[in-house]
Amino acid sequence: MIPFFIFIICAALAVAGAIALIWAREPIHSALALILVMVALAVLYLLLGAPFITAVQIIVYAGAIMVLFVFVIMVLNFGLEERTNFSKLAIPGAILGLALMAEIAHWLWHASIGRALANGPAAQVAEASTRDLSEMLFSKYLFPFEATSILILIAVLGAWVLARKES
Amino acid sequence: MEFIYQHPVLVAAIIKIAVLLFIVMTALAYLTWLERKAIAHIQSRWGPYNVGAHGLLQPLADGIKFLFKEDVTPPAADKVAYILAPFLALALGLSAIALIPFGPPDKLFPNGQQIYSVVDLNIGILMLFAITSLGVYGVALAGWSSNSKYPLLGGLRSSAQMISYEVSLTISVVGVILLAGTFNFNELIAKQSGWFWHWNVLSIQHGGVPQIIGFLCYLTAAIAETNRVPFDLPEAETELVAGFHTEYSSFKFAMFFMAEYANMITVSCLATILFLGGWLSPFPDTGIWHYQNFLPGAGLLLLAAYCGINTITEMRGIARLQMAVVTMLAGGGGLICLYPPIAAGIQGPFWFTTKILAILFFYIWMRATLPRFRYDQLMSFGWKLLLPVSLANLVLTALAIILWPVVTHA
Amino acid sequence: MTFAIPISWYLVLSAVLFGLGVIAFVFKRNVITIFMSIELMLNAVNLAFVAFSRAHSQISGAPNLDGLVFVLFVIVVAAAEAAVGLAIVIMLAQNRQSLNVERVNLLKL
Repeated sequence: MIPFFIFIICAALAVAGAIALIWAREPIHSALALILVMVALAVLYLLLGAPFITAVQIIVYAGAIMVLFVFVIMVLNFGLEERTNFSKLAIPGAILGLALMAEIAHWLWHASIGRALANGPAAQVAEASTRDLSEMLFSKYLFPFEATSILILIAVLGAWVLARKES
Repeated sequence: MEFIYQHPVLVAAIIKIAVLLFIVMTALAYLTWLERKAIAHIQSRWGPYNVGAHGLLQPLADGIKFLFKEDVTPPAADKVAYILAPFLALALGLSAIALIPFGPPDKLFPNGQQIYSVVDLNIGILMLFAITSLGVYGVALAGWSSNSKYPLLGGLRSSAQMISYEVSLTISVVGVILLAGTFNFNELIAKQSGWFWHWNVLSIQHGGVPQIIGFLCYLTAAIAETNRVPFDLPEAETELVAGFHTEYSSFKFAMFFMAEYANMITVSCLATILFLGGWLSPFPDTGIWHYQNFLPGAGLLLLAAYCGINTITEMRGIARLQMAVVTMLAGGGGLICLYPPIAAGIQGPFWFTTKILAILFFYIWMRATLPRFRYDQLMSFGWKLLLPVSLANLVLTALAIILWPVVTHA
Repeated sequence: MTFAIPISWYLVLSAVLFGLGVIAFVFKRNVITIFMSIELMLNAVNLAFVAFSRAHSQISGAPNLDGLVFVLFVIVVAAAEAAVGLAIVIMLAQNRQSLNVERVNLLKL
């Protein structure tokens, strides 16, 4: 029963954060709402039996990537978001967006895989241990692992090239 | 009463959290007292002396002062971020202490829960790093939302410093984790059992790799992470007025203050668990060392004797009465700790507290002794010296594990 | 009273968050906020991956960690993308003196 309450609270927080991201007038409030969404999702990962991913999400995503966003917002302090008039395509766009969301949600609700249970007495799978995850990362997914390390190197070089002054 | 029988886990958890919260808040208050006294004595003067006997009621007086000060909010401040920042900082600082074990895991309540740790996670260290990495937001939001030059500069500098040194902090810890093979705090401590040279900092045992470099890197990065001298430029008085908490007053300032000391206690706890053997005693429980159970009691009785002598010879008036109360409390506590079942149970928290106090005294000693770094010196030190040294420590530990099969965590 | 949560609830939550991310992407004017809506969409996808990993572990009985490894890669790629993207945003702000995405229209016909 406790997983049920935790799921309801965290799902409500995540959706509230996403709506606050859309509704907020200042970018810093949107950033704070996104951090709330990330922490709520981290707790949901814990419910789904992936404690390592919880820690990685909070350390990397909420604790480093969002800090970068918050820094940039603070440095480029251009004030309130302008409320311009909506374009002619705005209302049909919104309706189509909501229709997309409803259709994906409908088909996911009725997917046959959705009948598997995440928590409760019938769910007998142990949580994912870090040892198994790292063994898989270094054996089966070794090539993507090395490729992402090169990707990070490229990103660091790219950011440095873009940020240095033209001398 | 049936509530206690039907929900034993919940009730035990609430009791542990309440006791731990009370102890931590008292410890925060008296840590400020310890800091002022220690710095004063290093600088050849007395610290607070008049408020209570030997200044022991000074934290109470400071707390009351903070409560009654006027709460000023700058008019153009961003309300959400301005109010959120101190609460966030304090909440994160206090919640990190919930993960830490203060004693052996085999002492249990009647319902099977551990007495000495609120929660025993399998990924304990990772969650602690997660909580400390979220602590950057308290500083950054405080600096920005005050809508003023000095706090903005102080906040940006402080958060840049914190995220830079966080990298070295986590890498210097990975050596210990490689040797132990687990993220769980209790198992990390269990790998260091024995004499004090079996602790991870020296690790002079069959199949151990000394982690002295890791320990020094960790301490340096921790001092920078908590914004203490010599890395406290972002909140230095002569440089930036008061840094990111310039525009805060009364209770919100008190919350930042408490959050800083709570962060200090958290990194000290982590240092003792990872490198100094946690709640283990320096001597194993064999032979003549079985009598070490009486050390806490003996220590408290010595303290009571010193306070008693002080009462009789030096104190006058109301201070004499307060010192007599302190003597009786210490004496009573000492006698309680001499009672054998309690003496056996108090061993874990006693050694843990002793080690934490040693590291906190080291922090305070550095504050009294060293000048502060300039900001560019600070950043180049963090990235150009500390990070390569931590990486070298990690590589050497990993090489030792691969090349000498005896160094294994199986 | 115990209640088991079916995986389909997690998948619907992921779809709702993704849809909200799309709506934020379409409607917002600030470049950084559009960037953040991309991160929201990536988070929704991560939730779907972790939920599917749990579902496959349930069905096959053995732990299936492919979804979790993919989540790690998505987080790493999001970090690299955020670093380079924000550097581009800073240059954009310095050149056009505004973060309004409607002002960045030099390539418009």
